[in-house]
Amino acid sequence: MKRMFCALFVLAGFAVTAPAVNAGVLDDVKNRGVLHCGVTQGLPGFSSPDDKGNWTGLDVDLCRAIAAAIFDDPNKIKYTPLTAKDRFTALQSGEIDVLSRNTTWTLSRDTSLGLNFAGINYYDGQGFMIRKDKKVASALELSGASICTQTGTTSELNVADYFRARNMKYEIVSFTTADETLKAYESGRCDTFTTDVSQLYAMRLKLGNPSDHTVLPEVISKEPLGPVVRHGDDQWFDVVKWVLFAMLNAEEMNITQKNIDEAVKSPNPEVKRLLGSEGNFGEQLGLTRDWVVRIVRHVGNYGESYDRNVGIGSKLGIERGLNRLWNKGGIQYAPPIR
Amino acid sequence: MTTRTFVRTAFAPNEPPPLEADSTASRFARSLFATPANFALTVLSVGIVALVLPPLIRFLFLDATWSGTSRDDCLANAGACWPFVRAKFGQFIYGFYPAAERWRPNLVLAFGALLLAPLLIPAAPFKRTNALLFFGVYPVVSFVLLTGGNLDLQKFLLGRFLQWTTVAGVGFGIGLRWAFWTDFLFSAVVIVALVAALAALLRASVFAAVTAAGMVLAGLGIILLAVDLDFGLAPVETRSWGGFLVTLIVAVTGIVVSLPLGVLLALGRRSRMPAVRYACILFIEFWRGVPLITVLFFATYMLPLFLPRDVTFDTLLRALIGVALFAAAYMAEVVRGGLQSISRGQHEAAAALGLGYWRMMGLIILPQALTLVIPGIVNNFIGLFKDTTLVLIVAIFDLLGQIRASFADPNWATPVTLYTGFAFAGVIYFVFCFGMSRYALYIERRTAAYGRGS
Amino acid sequence: MKRPAAESKAAAPPRRGGSLAADPRFRAFVVQAILLIAIVWIGWTLFENIRQNLAAQKIASGFGFFGETAGFGISQTLIPYTEESTYGRAFFVGLVNTLIVSALAIVFATILGFAVGIARLSRNVLLARLAEAYVEVLRNLPLLFQILFWYLAVLGTLPGPRQSTPLLGAVYLTNRGIIFPKIGLEPGSGIVFGALGIGFLLALILRFLQRRQMLMGSERRSFGWLTLLLIVGLPALAFVLTGAPVSLKWPELRGFNFVGGARLNPELLALLFALSTYTASFIAEIVRAGVLAVPRGQTEAAFSLGLSRRTTLRRVVAPQAMRLIVPPLTSQYLNITKNSSLAAAIGYPDFFYVFAGTTLNQTGQAIEIIAITMAVYLAISLATAIFMNWYNRAIALKGA
Repeated sequence: MKRMFCALFVLAGFAVTAPAVNAGVLDDVKNRGVLHCGVTQGLPGFSSPDDKGNWTGLDVDLCRAIAAAIFDDPNKIKYTPLTAKDRFTALQSGEIDVLSRNTTWTLSRDTSLGLNFAGINYYDGQGFMIRKDKKVASALELSGASICTQTGTTSELNVADYFRARNMKYEIVSFTTADETLKAYESGRCDTFTTDVSQLYAMRLKLGNPSDHTVLPEVISKEPLGPVVRHGDDQWFDVVKWVLFAMLNAEEMNITQKNIDEAVKSPNPEVKRLLGSEGNFGEQLGLTRDWVVRIVRHVGNYGESYDRNVGIGSKLGIERGLNRLWNKGGIQYAPPIR
Repeated sequence: MTTRTFVRTAFAPNEPPPLEADSTASRFARSLFATPANFALTVLSVGIVALVLPPLIRFLFLDATWSGTSRDDCLANAGACWPFVRAKFGQFIYGFYPAAERWRPNLVLAFGALLLAPLLIPAAPFKRTNALLFFGVYPVVSFVLLTGGNLDLQKFLLGRFLQWTTVAGVGFGIGLRWAFWTDFLFSAVVIVALVAALAALLRASVFAAVTAAGMVLAGLGIILLAVDLDFGLAPVETRSWGGFLVTLIVAVTGIVVSLPLGVLLALGRRSRMPAVRYACILFIEFWRGVPLITVLFFATYMLPLFLPRDVTFDTLLRALIGVALFAAAYMAEVVRGGLQSISRGQHEAAAALGLGYWRMMGLIILPQALTLVIPGIVNNFIGLFKDTTLVLIVAIFDLLGQIRASFADPNWATPVTLYTGFAFAGVIYFVFCFGMSRYALYIERRTAAYGRGS
Repeated sequence: MKRPAAESKAAAPPRRGGSLAADPRFRAFVVQAILLIAIVWIGWTLFENIRQNLAAQKIASGFGFFGETAGFGISQTLIPYTEESTYGRAFFVGLVNTLIVSALAIVFATILGFAVGIARLSRNVLLARLAEAYVEVLRNLPLLFQILFWYLAVLGTLPGPRQSTPLLGAVYLTNRGIIFPKIGLEPGSGIVFGALGIGFLLALILRFLQRRQMLMGSERRSFGWLTLLLIVGLPALAFVLTGAPVSLKWPELRGFNFVGGARLNPELLALLFALSTYTASFIAEIVRAGVLAVPRGQTEAAFSLGLSRRTTLRRVVAPQAMRLIVPPLTSQYLNITKNSSLAAAIGYPDFFYVFAGTTLNQTGQAIEIIAITMAVYLAISLATAIFMNWYNRAIALKGA
């Protein structure tokens, strides 16, 4: 009887197998009819679910834009919330198609983890949050402090570098999740909480009394955040990359969700190329000609997405700063579509 | 001449009369205040009770906030904030299981209780049918109810190797579901033929072999059909499961899978075939030597690396596999204890009756051994129930995980939220574990009394 | 699939030229061959899958990362470690942290467990009930629950360093842990430790001689006071003669934290409290069962021989009870070691957290790291088991 059970188990194992991976991720996604998108477990402004399980945020908008470009429907997405720890494994194992989860682009992640960063949708840097009553004005005054951080992030390494380079003493206290880290900071286990500045602003909203806390002016690292795909599928890599560039180009040409219908009729050759009434750039990517129209209609351009989720129009209220377009004093610069 | 150490040369002083000789009241008094040391211990005990009990009662009942809708209602009192528990109750029990679909987990829990109760009461009839329902039918029904079923199976054995069913399914326009079932039928025929050939080769009864193989395949087919059919239930991803529901799922799956697996391993460990024995010993000792959290970690984050690239497993399922294998190793040791306590005479008597190995085990040895180790099995289950909390380390939110997550909610941030959450979780865990341990004790006494009587 | 055939034939007497399946030796051979083939096949498939997956993801495997600079900080390091140290060193830092918390928890749990177990057998009704309540409550709550409780609800709610008031003059209970004066060693302290060592050695020799004397049947003298003098007196003498070569370093609040004194992190304390009190409830039950299992006749016989209560306990009950206590105690010790990996939930930098957590994340060498982690826990389990088996043999009935 018992050996039958074993046989049953093995057979059941075969039966549960998912469909085989075809030529590429884009075809898989098209066949499947839904995009698998890896996001955070809840980071206001970047990716967070509301009470009904609807996801919003800057990173979520990128996934919505990809889904819009492929299906003309930004809601054909299955979101997979991931911790900092398991995000790469999930991508490597094929559980998700794209990781859009405020992930810093570094050389080692690009190479030894077998990943490709498809661009930068948010230029960030690491900072410190501290209680106002500690009366600290600069990170240079933090010598001897206890610092809370999340393990397995670049923040953990940057803070070590920063203090070591300035010969300052510190005590590192690391936790597995962002919530645990914040809780420890709030309970007074640490003097300061360090992570990317954008995340500090987002996490501050989760504190009992946000106005008691301030973010110090120093930014101690470069944290270019962007979407990530697996090595080895250049077509999919191009799709993700160019969806982001399309959103930036749309902002540069002042094409918004509101004026998209007029823009389609624009005589401007640049706009015509972008919106697919001239050339077949979308088809070259394996998409349709009107891919950018779909993106802008459903999701909006980069600037709109920024303002809605993290910028002045949102609860976070973060200045555009580095994330302005290149012609407005920032460094967001997308290659042209032609 | 030397004197030995323990030789007494004078009479020992008389002992005081035994306690039983006194009245209850004076016995009680003597037990508390007989000697100065005893008196000191009494004072110490009273001190500890006085230190712990009154603040606890005050926190839980007297100073507690009983009604309210927000954190402001709780800020005034120093006691527990019960409105917090009421507001989060759904989350603590079901996680993020959609509110409209919560009747499904409720139904599963009700079925479970209905099947388990008569299984646990020794006097209740139909044990065999009941066990079959609980271990065979109930898991499938629960699976369909909780996930929504409708797995949309696409290929079975042959499809895996030949890839032709997918082609056929698409090519002839019969759809993938039908392709799967044609594949299943063909595979079944091939397997039965192989078994028959093997039986013939060994000059064993072909008919018996074919019947057995056919029954296994039929059973498998029914299970697959159940999970494949569309019952019109909305699919609910395991990601949105949580709270006490997950605690129970992990614990019950662990026990349901680990029991048969544990019996097999225990038998294997006592086998006279060296390869079987050593394989089982290695398996058991490996799982018992590593912490559960490494197992969970492995199952959650590394299993994908060990599987073919096109196979993906659900996160919760991965954790369940880890827990079940881990529990099986411990279960094997409990069962082995039972097997060892069955006297050789039973084996010899069974062999003398002409019973083969499996009949000897199934009809004579295991029924006795398993009855003996029921308390051990229940204790194992208690351990498993407590160990389910570890899944929160691999980002699955069980009861404790949900409660911990709720501490981060700024809308309920009060000085007493933390204690209230712990009190609630503590009471639930205690009631379940304590109840089960009493049950184990009851069965133990009953078995012992039975043994004496016969 | 051929099981039913084998079984049905096994029941019948073997025919002449009958089924091969009825031959037990042939059956054993087939079953084992199938099992071995299955194991090898599964192992090979898994290996092949890993190889393909790693190749597809361009993950290089190997143990070279041990020599690379770790770059992250660890909050509790008992061996020298800085951010410039290698992953290899981080490995040992974590291992030492695991061993230290396990060793301390084993000591405390044993003491507390024996105390509670004996208290449960006390004739003092109140004390016995109290001990019973302790056991029932503690062992029926999940360990992780208790760790989180200690960490979040008890230690986490202590005042910050600035708000805390000292106990006994210089011990501060804060949410950063317990801070107390550090004993600094000055030159010359080596002599005191040397004296302590010599004292222990002499006491051991004394005990050995005493044992021999007893076996020879000569009169037994108590050397208790002499042993005490050797262990305590000798170092004390050395301490005075070398002119008290220690200095107390008092903690003082400077900037954000206390500087100077020594500190026990709240993560360590929470893990230690929870592990000790939780395991103690199991040890208490083991002790109680062990003592109760000694037949009452043994005690009565000892009493009627005129042995005092104390001697009866020491010479008659305890040796017999210990034989029953030690094997289950071993598995409790193993549990402590394994359970210490729950440190990950509160960020105590134990072996699992530092190695399978942070190091794994920074290097991405998942297979190697998880394999090493499991091997290390297996090795610790094995070592503990071997030691306890040796101890078990040492106290077992001789010549039985």
